[in-house]
Amino acid sequence: MSRIEATLSQLRRQGRKALIPYITAGDPQPGETVRIMQTLVAAGADIIELGVPFSDPMADGPVIQLACERALRHHVSLRNVLEMVREFRQQDTQTPIVLMGYLNPVEALGYETFAEMAADAGVDGVLTVDLPPEEADTLVPLLKARNLDVIFLLAPTTTDDRIRRISQHCSGYVYYVSLKGVTGSAQLDATEVAQKVAHIHEITALPVGVGFGIRDARSAGMIGRVSDGVIVGSVLVDTIARYQDKPEALHLALSDILRPMREALDELAS
Amino acid sequence: MSVKLTEEMLKALPDDRGHFGNYGGRFVSETLFDSLLQLEREYERLKNAPEFTERFDRDLADYVGRPSPLYFAERLTRETGGAQIWLKREDLNHTGAHKVNNTIGQALLAHFLGKPRVIAETGAGQHGVATATVAARLGLKCKVFMGSEDIKRQSLNVYRMKLLGAEVQSVDSGTKTLKDAMNEAMRDWVTNVDDTFYIIGTVAGPHPYPMLVRDFQSVIGRETRRQSLEKVGRLPDAIVACVGGGSNAMGIFYPFLGDEAVELYGVEAGGLGLATGQHAAPLSAGRPGVLHGNRTYLMEDDDGQISATHSISAGLDYPGVGPEHAWLKDIGRANYVSVTDDEALDAFRRLTLVEGIMPALESSHAVAYGVKLAGEMDKDQMVVINVSGRGDKDIHTIAERDGITI
Repeated sequence: MSRIEATLSQLRRQGRKALIPYITAGDPQPGETVRIMQTLVAAGADIIELGVPFSDPMADGPVIQLACERALRHHVSLRNVLEMVREFRQQDTQTPIVLMGYLNPVEALGYETFAEMAADAGVDGVLTVDLPPEEADTLVPLLKARNLDVIFLLAPTTTDDRIRRISQHCSGYVYYVSLKGVTGSAQLDATEVAQKVAHIHEITALPVGVGFGIRDARSAGMIGRVSDGVIVGSVLVDTIARYQDKPEALHLALSDILRPMREALDELAS
Repeated sequence: MSVKLTEEMLKALPDDRGHFGNYGGRFVSETLFDSLLQLEREYERLKNAPEFTERFDRDLADYVGRPSPLYFAERLTRETGGAQIWLKREDLNHTGAHKVNNTIGQALLAHFLGKPRVIAETGAGQHGVATATVAARLGLKCKVFMGSEDIKRQSLNVYRMKLLGAEVQSVDSGTKTLKDAMNEAMRDWVTNVDDTFYIIGTVAGPHPYPMLVRDFQSVIGRETRRQSLEKVGRLPDAIVACVGGGSNAMGIFYPFLGDEAVELYGVEAGGLGLATGQHAAPLSAGRPGVLHGNRTYLMEDDDGQISATHSISAGLDYPGVGPEHAWLKDIGRANYVSVTDDEALDAFRRLTLVEGIMPALESSHAVAYGVKLAGEMDKDQMVVINVSGRGDKDIHTIAERDGITI
């Protein structure tokens, strides 16, 4: 059983929901990333999605675009990100890490090399935003052969046929994109999400994490109620931007956002 | 090439997944996937349906003014002293470039799909103008994304779009040029996918765009073929076109893919020279990768980050290229070469002075290479250069080079 599956099934047994924060690796600078990951875990993160910076993040809103730009000013490469994971793993062997990013840096490194290096560094899952299962028949077997989970997105526009097909290729969890838009969008409709997630649960046994539009304890609680976990990105990345020159305050500010979300999710369990 | 490719094989692509060999495909986030499938289905249904083709053909004739002439550049030929130089005059189309052939086709698709709003990216502004034009005519809401650098370089076209009723959105992210405008258009599309049709301006992007843009633009090659036979009694020995994303080149090449004797030349923007790294020539100096929904040749660094490009012409200032060109390069059916900013500027002046035709700076790249090529060929041979657009929009850039403020 993969680290992701183990984490999610334990949560399920406890009747708890997963809190999955996203940050962009190397933002605001490479030396800070591992410490930020530790802060997220201390504040209640169950899984970390670690963004690989890319020059052209087409599915992201301005907040994560700017995070990519900050990281790329320090020339943070996919290799560097894998080094950060390796360093994190020296202290933390429990928390699953999912690399989230775009395909081109993986193409540049080479699929086989990437799969090898990611497994070796202690990565648990890979989510490639611009790689639908239709184009993934080379990469997916290479990742699965090394026990890496492959996570795919589902969207409000995904038809039942595709939910079925995508779930067959997916492992660990599926990431349901709660709204039509880019990361950092605000107009979350909890009723609509509840219906769609319930529908996805009818089609697949995989846990469903929901992302896009979750920014505080209230929205985390609402979405946690109807899903297996919530993914929180832009609000954290925006905080990193605001505190980029005040590293100590940054860690406290991140905890202050995440802790109330953790509490809201745990209240659902009681 | 070890295997001889038949015309059927060459023209059968893309396959049903949108691949041209290793290139093309549909590398998009999940939200857009269903829209692409829907567009593909609708296009397959309409492309041979009279309700669509009759309207498309009529618009090309009466609104665009097609066929565009194939013009014998007699004086240029005499001065060059080599092969006959013929110019395919896409600069004479309504709105001044080949771009309108495609926007008419895609706006009709938007109409049949019942989408009331269209968006587009633009570099030089020609595709933006062509989109705003057809949107005005069909009463569609229109928003055009343009890099803030390009807005500075192409202020005339920005104003034209506004006069046509389009909203022009300045894009300040990344390199502030065409690639960033395309990112932003994709972001708008993913947000407004229910009511919005994305009119992509070149033979790139996720399947089915490279295919349908090529199909709409192939009117250029079909006419060139017929006109060559009528006027000269034979097919050209060589065809030359500039390649940014590559839509005018793909449009003129496609109907000739099966004619082995016709050499095809795609001319990329060599900028300050390939050796300087300051250029926009992914086929000449890049390598395969994935950007904007397709696998193709890209300009990127060792980490897979997309590089900043440079070209004097905003329309060629793009780090990728259509996937069918990537494939034609690999199988050796087309030749891809490059021309520097300075060579393009010389060609602009030469065609203006010798023939009284002011080509767009994009097209000037094709003119530069085509004239060089003709000079190395025999007098009984024939070269066709695709003059994809007119140069009025570039007068400010030229004047600036001359130290003149207009």
